[in-house]
Amino acid sequence: MTGFVAGPAVIELSGIAKTWPNGTRALAGIDLAVRRGEFLTLVGPSGCGKSTLLKLIAGLTHATAGRIATSEGRPRIGFVFQSPTLMPWARVDTNVRLPLDLARMPRARADARVADALALVNLAASAGSLPRELSGGMQMRASIARALAAEPDLLLMDEPFGALDEFARERLDGELLALWSAQRFTVVFVTHSIQEAVFLSTRVVAMAARPGRIVDTWEIDEPWPRSAAFRLSPAFAAHAQRLSLRVAEAGGGEPGGAVAQ
Amino acid sequence: MTAQGGRRGQWLRIVAPAAVGVVVLAAWQALVVVYRVPAYLVPSPLLVLRTLVSDRVLLFHALASTLGVALAALVIAVVAGVAAALVFAQSRWIETSFFPYAILLQVTPIVSIAPLIIIWVHDLWAALVLCAVVVAIFPVISNTTLGLRSADPGLVDLFRLAGASRWQTLWRLRVPGALPYFFGGLRIASGLALIGAVVAEFVAGTGGASAGLAYQILLAGMQLNIPRMFAALVLIAAAGVALFAASGALAHAALARWHESELPRDS
Repeated sequence: MTGFVAGPAVIELSGIAKTWPNGTRALAGIDLAVRRGEFLTLVGPSGCGKSTLLKLIAGLTHATAGRIATSEGRPRIGFVFQSPTLMPWARVDTNVRLPLDLARMPRARADARVADALALVNLAASAGSLPRELSGGMQMRASIARALAAEPDLLLMDEPFGALDEFARERLDGELLALWSAQRFTVVFVTHSIQEAVFLSTRVVAMAARPGRIVDTWEIDEPWPRSAAFRLSPAFAAHAQRLSLRVAEAGGGEPGGAVAQ
Repeated sequence: MTAQGGRRGQWLRIVAPAAVGVVVLAAWQALVVVYRVPAYLVPSPLLVLRTLVSDRVLLFHALASTLGVALAALVIAVVAGVAAALVFAQSRWIETSFFPYAILLQVTPIVSIAPLIIIWVHDLWAALVLCAVVVAIFPVISNTTLGLRSADPGLVDLFRLAGASRWQTLWRLRVPGALPYFFGGLRIASGLALIGAVVAEFVAGTGGASAGLAYQILLAGMQLNIPRMFAALVLIAAAGVALFAASGALAHAALARWHESELPRDS
């Protein structure tokens, strides 16, 4: 298939601002709609508020100003952190079953979901292992399986592969993309890697710091499935350059204007 | 490191301190014999051992009494300490209001409270146990509270996103995460319970049916029966080591599979 047509908005943010108690403006004037089925990536330098924005969408923190609207009730959220955040005392399958257990899903149904989720991330053989027995990449896959097991309306990922080496990251990017192509869940992905953003996304959001704001948004309208060859194509380079320019332009934007009094 | 190296390391851990002990005891024996030190000043290790055997009924009865007090106190300190920690972990307000009093209990020397406790509590055994609880409970409370508060913030967020109840978060996340901290507290408390029991016995100076090792030491001192004093000391030390080892074994059994503190090192 080619191209990508997004569905209606799952969640819509308008005029969102977030100011920390010490006066730092983490986010200002954020308007953003996340559409069903899209793979949306927030890219920007550290301090641009992209992680804060993700937490706002998740409901883990609250905006100082603005409105967050959802189409049909509160969406079910899956969250993947930068570190695997697995319970070290529990087996991998118990970790993946956690959100289902907390929602008091019947055991048999939960077990079936866990098996499916582990198979999706190629961890079926490690179901009975403890997290410490897995490599960093495998722990991250278990963390993704845990998020997918709950069949979220919205999958939020906060630099999930940021702590891995380049090879593991590229492999996991490829796996994640294959998974998304097959399942078409809605993703909001945070990264500071321009390559990762262009490779994964249907749409990218370039952000800048001080205050955290959106400087540009556009579709990465390139064919699917994307393979390693896409990384070497002129189109990829063009998107990467545009993203890099946007972030850099904005970077010098407001020198010294960091803190609102 | 090879498996052989690991085994050699294990042997070393037993053999090296044992060798030090043997050398020290041999030197002690030799000095006492060569300089003819009288037994009422410093008895030789062999004499202490002979006293241990000849007075075994008296001494082991006393050991059982002291260990009984220490163990009862340890169990109560663990149950009450964990309960207090669970309450403290529920709210900063409760912790802030009550924690200073737990500290007060900890920093007040037991010798100064023990006479009061012994006057107030009629049953002597219960009074001894209470003194030992006062000494042993603090590390259980403070370590367990710290553990319950130290849950991975990412996991706490995850529980929130999944709509977990306070009870689910406590039981499925905070309690298992607090186990390593709790066992650290237990290890300290096991030694303190014995110290508390011995100190309380000293203060109470109790004889009769509940005569413990401290009483035997007091009595032997008055009778200038120094070898029996040493024998009783040896038993107290052995009981302390046994309690420490038992709590260590418990920690290993509970944490060996997953926690760093109990994982084998390979460097």
